[in-house]
Amino acid sequence: MKNNKKAVMVLLNYGIIVAFLVMIIIFAIASPNFLTTNTMFTILRQVAITGIISIGMTLVLLTGGIDLSVGSIAGVTAVTAAICLKNYNLPIPVTCIIGLVLAVIYGGISGICVTKLNMPPFIATLGVQTSLRGLAYIVTGGLPVYGFTKAFSSFAQGSVLGIPNQVILAVVLFIIFIIALSRTTLGRYLYGVGGNEEASRLSGINVTAIKIMAYSVSGFLAGVAGLVLLSRTASGQPSAGDGYEMDAITAAVIGGVSLSGGEGRLPMVIIGVLLMGTLSTGMIMCGINDYVQQLVKGIVLIVAVAYSQFSQKIRNRMAASS
Amino acid sequence: MEDIILRVRNISKHYPGVRALDNVSFEVRRGEVHAICGENGAGKSTLIKILTGAIQPTSGSIEFNGKTYEKLTPRQAMELGISVIYQEFSLVPYLTIAENIFYGREIKKGIIRDLKGMEEKAKALCQDMGIELDVNKRVCDLGVAYQQIVEILKAVSRNTEFIIMDEPTAPLTIKETEVFFRIIEKLKKENVTIIFISHRLEEVFELCDRATVFCDGKYIVTKDVKDLNRRQLISYMVGRELSDDYPVPHRELGETVMEVRNLTNKNVKDVSFEIKRGEILGFGGLVGAGRTELARALYGADPIQKGKITFHGQAYHPKTPRTGLNAGIGLIPEDRKAQGVVLSRPIRENIVYSILKRITRLSFINKKKEQQYVDKYIKEMNIKTPSPEQLVQNLSGGNQQKVVLAKAMATDCDILIFDEPTRGIDVGAKQEIYGLMCRLVEEGKSIIMISSEMSELLGMSDRIIVMSNGHIAGELSKDEYSQARVLEMASS
Repeated sequence: MKNNKKAVMVLLNYGIIVAFLVMIIIFAIASPNFLTTNTMFTILRQVAITGIISIGMTLVLLTGGIDLSVGSIAGVTAVTAAICLKNYNLPIPVTCIIGLVLAVIYGGISGICVTKLNMPPFIATLGVQTSLRGLAYIVTGGLPVYGFTKAFSSFAQGSVLGIPNQVILAVVLFIIFIIALSRTTLGRYLYGVGGNEEASRLSGINVTAIKIMAYSVSGFLAGVAGLVLLSRTASGQPSAGDGYEMDAITAAVIGGVSLSGGEGRLPMVIIGVLLMGTLSTGMIMCGINDYVQQLVKGIVLIVAVAYSQFSQKIRNRMAASS
Repeated sequence: MEDIILRVRNISKHYPGVRALDNVSFEVRRGEVHAICGENGAGKSTLIKILTGAIQPTSGSIEFNGKTYEKLTPRQAMELGISVIYQEFSLVPYLTIAENIFYGREIKKGIIRDLKGMEEKAKALCQDMGIELDVNKRVCDLGVAYQQIVEILKAVSRNTEFIIMDEPTAPLTIKETEVFFRIIEKLKKENVTIIFISHRLEEVFELCDRATVFCDGKYIVTKDVKDLNRRQLISYMVGRELSDDYPVPHRELGETVMEVRNLTNKNVKDVSFEIKRGEILGFGGLVGAGRTELARALYGADPIQKGKITFHGQAYHPKTPRTGLNAGIGLIPEDRKAQGVVLSRPIRENIVYSILKRITRLSFINKKKEQQYVDKYIKEMNIKTPSPEQLVQNLSGGNQQKVVLAKAMATDCDILIFDEPTRGIDVGAKQEIYGLMCRLVEEGKSIIMISSEMSELLGMSDRIIVMSNGHIAGELSKDEYSQARVLEMASS
């Protein structure tokens, strides 16, 4: 009985890895070119950007919130940077700083709406999402901004020891935040606030500050993702980053981050990110068209959330019976 | 033979470490008003929850109208015609009184709600009960007292034959209480059975036919109310003469450490008191009398509108719990699961949650220092756990409470506020907590203890302040106080 319980727990915690492996096997059978280093790098390059965003998303989800604005922040940061480079000829470091400072501010606005104005996170960040997308179209006049210095694109095209720069960046960011969540006060407070906001407040924790910080960091990372995206495409599209929030939320939920806050681990989110990337690349290689892909991704999100609720229920029942 | 509508047979409800109800049996006759009396935590609400199907009993059975049930679901209870009036309202604020009365079983013409029909029926109901009410008023425009009356009308309108009323008069003033009494008389005539729970003992004597007393989850006695007097009833409720098993701290009271003058906010009115070094100051009163709100205001959890607090001779303005903690005030909140601990995190993280700043450098947590604190307090509080990494949700109530205490102890405060420190925990853990309180005052700390458990309040306090409706109703020194006096002041 006890062993049974343990087995169920292990399955609940790591079932996602099994699902991931099964998916790889299916794609490998369906498409002979799937299991190649080339495909692997395609997937990694692709997931680097959503991976960076999903870190910030995880922080916000841990507090019990959600951030729908990340895709728009990535997009508006990309076009801002493109304009800085092209129209104002600003140096690359200055451009990056301007883009990132603004990204932090966008995130901070969401944070203030959620805490000081007591808005539901879903609505607050939906508002920010829509306004920023509008802003991206206004500043670009709806047209892509391109033709700026090639030096900016060299980042995404470069690699170290054969590993693409953007993948290295994503890995470094994951490592930094995995350490921050497990070793620093930031992690403690995020898990604490999400696990029990009132107890945290009564324990003397500045809940408002923690939440605003989570949204600001999420904004910052979305900004980083926007810059990487701009470097990769060499063109500031006002529609850039559209729908990233869905990928990031799905990846986080697949990785076991609870939508009600307080639970979830970043290393598992990496699996979620890889799974989402593998799924979309695999579908492309199997010749499944765009529209079907979107359908599948939506279903995956719903299934992932259902699974997470279900496993939570099982866990509670097992905790109650023990 | 008597006509028995409800027989409760050997009902028990166990939670980990606690017996909320212990082998309880009693009978309710058809058409009587039956009072259930007991202190807070005696098991009254557990019993109601079982009767309405909100929770299932661990063992025992319920016989209702001659049929026996092992347990009830909320749906079954409703179908059997058991209705409940809770203290909390279940009304929809933006609907009218008439709409609320018929909410969920609207009168319809075809598929359209028959507003006129509902209005007329509601009017008739009011007239029937002798209440003057404009049934077209929205519920949100009514005072709390009349909302309660609408709640009662709603239950009555269902033609139920069995109504449970949990503290129905708590929000009522004297005038509305009379209206309420008329409704009860009316229901009695219609042979409706009523289970009546109230802290106001006068009402028990005025309204009820029989009374059943619970104490610490056990059935004590059922008696005809006319054979009872107030003193007897209280002694049944308390169950025992005050036992001497409360530890006595050895220390002299020191100088005044905190002085509160005319403290006022939303729930606390013009409260003044002081507390000395080494003192255990008890706060008694009914639930909702403003004791918890006072504690929260002192701690900085709720805003203060008016008043002055002097702490260690200096002006003290609590704004957030952090101000309270920094100044040296700790709070052990009344609801440990909702306010005390983060259930989904390990014991270790909970213990150091309030003092992380002390064990971090550049926001990195010093694991060694953390472990020292954690080991110290697990040992000092005698938290029974295989490992500090155990999640708090897997601990028993008593051990969870010890984690809350450990967290507050770690902050090394001069004044500790214990809000219902032993609610819902077993006797062994209770004794440990009393022992801890003694050690603390012997070390020169001061304790404010809010307790609804009478024997604990009398056993531990050096002095008792009784609150009622946000005000201080009176103060009793050790040689003055008794259960009867506290109860009397509390219900004044």
